[in-house]
Amino acid sequence: MTPLLDVRHLVKEFPGRGGWFRKHDVVCAVDDVSFSIGTGETFGLVGESGSGKTTIGRCVLRLVEPTSGQVKFKDLDVLALGPREMRQARRHLQIVFQDPYSSLNPRMRVGDIVREPLTIHRIGTREERAGRVRQLFELVGLDPNDVVKYPHEFSGGQRQRIGVARAIALEPSLVICDEPVSALDVSVQAQVVNLLIDLQRRLGLTYLFIAHDLRLVRQICDRVAVMYRGRLVEVAPAERVFTTPVHAYTKALLSAIPHLKPGQKLERIPFDERSFTRADLREVEAGHWAAI
Amino acid sequence: MISPSETPRLRVEHLRTVFRLADGRDAAAVDDVSFDIGAGETLGLVGESGSGKSVTALSIIRLVSAPGRIASGRVELDGRNLLDLDEGAMRHVRGRRIGFVFQEPMVALDPVYTIGYQIAETLAVHGLARGAAARARAVELLDAVRVPDPARRARDYPHQLSGGLRQRAMIALAIAADPTLVIADEPTTALDVTVQAEILELLRDMRRKLSLSMLLITHDLGIIAMMADRVAVMYAGRIVEQAPVDRLFAAPAHPYTRGLMASIPGAQPGRQLTAIPGSVPAIGQAGVGCAFAPRCPDRFEPCGERAPSITVVDAGHDVRCFLNEPAMRPTGRGRP
Repeated sequence: MTPLLDVRHLVKEFPGRGGWFRKHDVVCAVDDVSFSIGTGETFGLVGESGSGKTTIGRCVLRLVEPTSGQVKFKDLDVLALGPREMRQARRHLQIVFQDPYSSLNPRMRVGDIVREPLTIHRIGTREERAGRVRQLFELVGLDPNDVVKYPHEFSGGQRQRIGVARAIALEPSLVICDEPVSALDVSVQAQVVNLLIDLQRRLGLTYLFIAHDLRLVRQICDRVAVMYRGRLVEVAPAERVFTTPVHAYTKALLSAIPHLKPGQKLERIPFDERSFTRADLREVEAGHWAAI
Repeated sequence: MISPSETPRLRVEHLRTVFRLADGRDAAAVDDVSFDIGAGETLGLVGESGSGKSVTALSIIRLVSAPGRIASGRVELDGRNLLDLDEGAMRHVRGRRIGFVFQEPMVALDPVYTIGYQIAETLAVHGLARGAAARARAVELLDAVRVPDPARRARDYPHQLSGGLRQRAMIALAIAADPTLVIADEPTTALDVTVQAEILELLRDMRRKLSLSMLLITHDLGIIAMMADRVAVMYAGRIVEQAPVDRLFAAPAHPYTRGLMASIPGAQPGRQLTAIPGSVPAIGQAGVGCAFAPRCPDRFEPCGERAPSITVVDAGHDVRCFLNEPAMRPTGRGRP
């Protein structure tokens, strides 16, 4: 199977500490990362803050420019595209951001927010676009009559539905979900997650799902990649990562999740940062890769 | 559990805290909230944003700021009603008798002073130590909360510390004056899961060593399971269910509690999660009936008409829900 997205040796360095006249140190946010995602798959990317997972999502969309590496989307060499071609490619590559409070323009009516990508890509006539916006509202479980309202008139969960409607307006094939529910209330998180699952089934979407909620990732992802300090340390089918982790960091991370059984103590597995080496991923079992 | 005869460390009775809305109405952010915390006991207060759990905490230490105010109720610490104290006496209670740990250490810690200075200052304010003795005690406290190289770290400013170390420094500050009660409001929400585990272990440790009572506020039922002896579930300003932790997880009685548990990923097989429809009502937006009724899968006639009162379903387990009032229960819909 040819992958929908194929990322090879991706590197993103940011200038670190240094002065104006001194040579800058570099911080390697993404350090030689390779993975691929098949059509229709939900690929989870987990790691703690600063591990580089958000930067990977942004590099794939070229919201930040990678330092080196290759990103192939279908047959496109994404990093080689010029500005106009990249705009065209973004029709097929969309993102849902974490914070539904800051990612929607407060001065725009929500119908216009969802219509904007259609307008930019000159899709349909004015009437067709208006119809499509109403259809998208229905698809994400919002009242089409609410298109004239402003973002502040909606709850967090509804705002995230608006963000999802905008992301799927152009019928993309890959959607990068960057912590899409972590800003929402627990009781509302499940609604948005179910919407994403439902849309995937109906529209054949592929997800790169970036999250720190390990229970959620286990539940909804086909495969999971674990990041540590800019490196992938383990990639495997979701259940395997959670039941038979191989990398010491994965084991430590999983052992820190609180149980849902009262009185049960955490049996934590410590991880010594100093023992971390930049080993390459190798296949320890079919489909299960670990950097050991 | 505490026996009815002894005075609990903290007793909150019929607490009501209101906020003045733009239209001049008072809306209750905390409404008829009552609970006890015994010596050495940890009560977990669970709720989503806007449920009133943080306002409850602020009401206990009387730091509700305008347009909010405590309208009625009692807050007794070791039998003394804090709501009767003047501001000077209250300042002595805060920090000295009740320590707090907040979600965002950068808010609680003063950015312009070193953490060692801030701990020493707390000791001095409460007359516990001064000068070199206070500074030495600050280093001891940082050591007790397992800050590595505490003598050097005492000279650091808050921004020089990682999130986990800052949270440790705040715990050191919270326990500096040897309080009897610690209020921890989402103490690990901003932290990574491995750091969270360390901080929770530290809180457990401190609690045991210092026989602290604790009010632990969180939205995470995993943290509740790990830390709490008893649990109070808040929704729209009210405690809708209160039970010993084992009991709450084994036999949740309120449909909201059941919904919260079912919505945790992994609670049900299959990929879809069990969602609670709708969203949490904004303050002042709940109707006359049960605030959860519009989202409740089990609602029936009375739910929209008036608010249910508290029903005791078992020892130490009570719930505000008509389903649990034997006389009200619709036939064939009760749960054993």
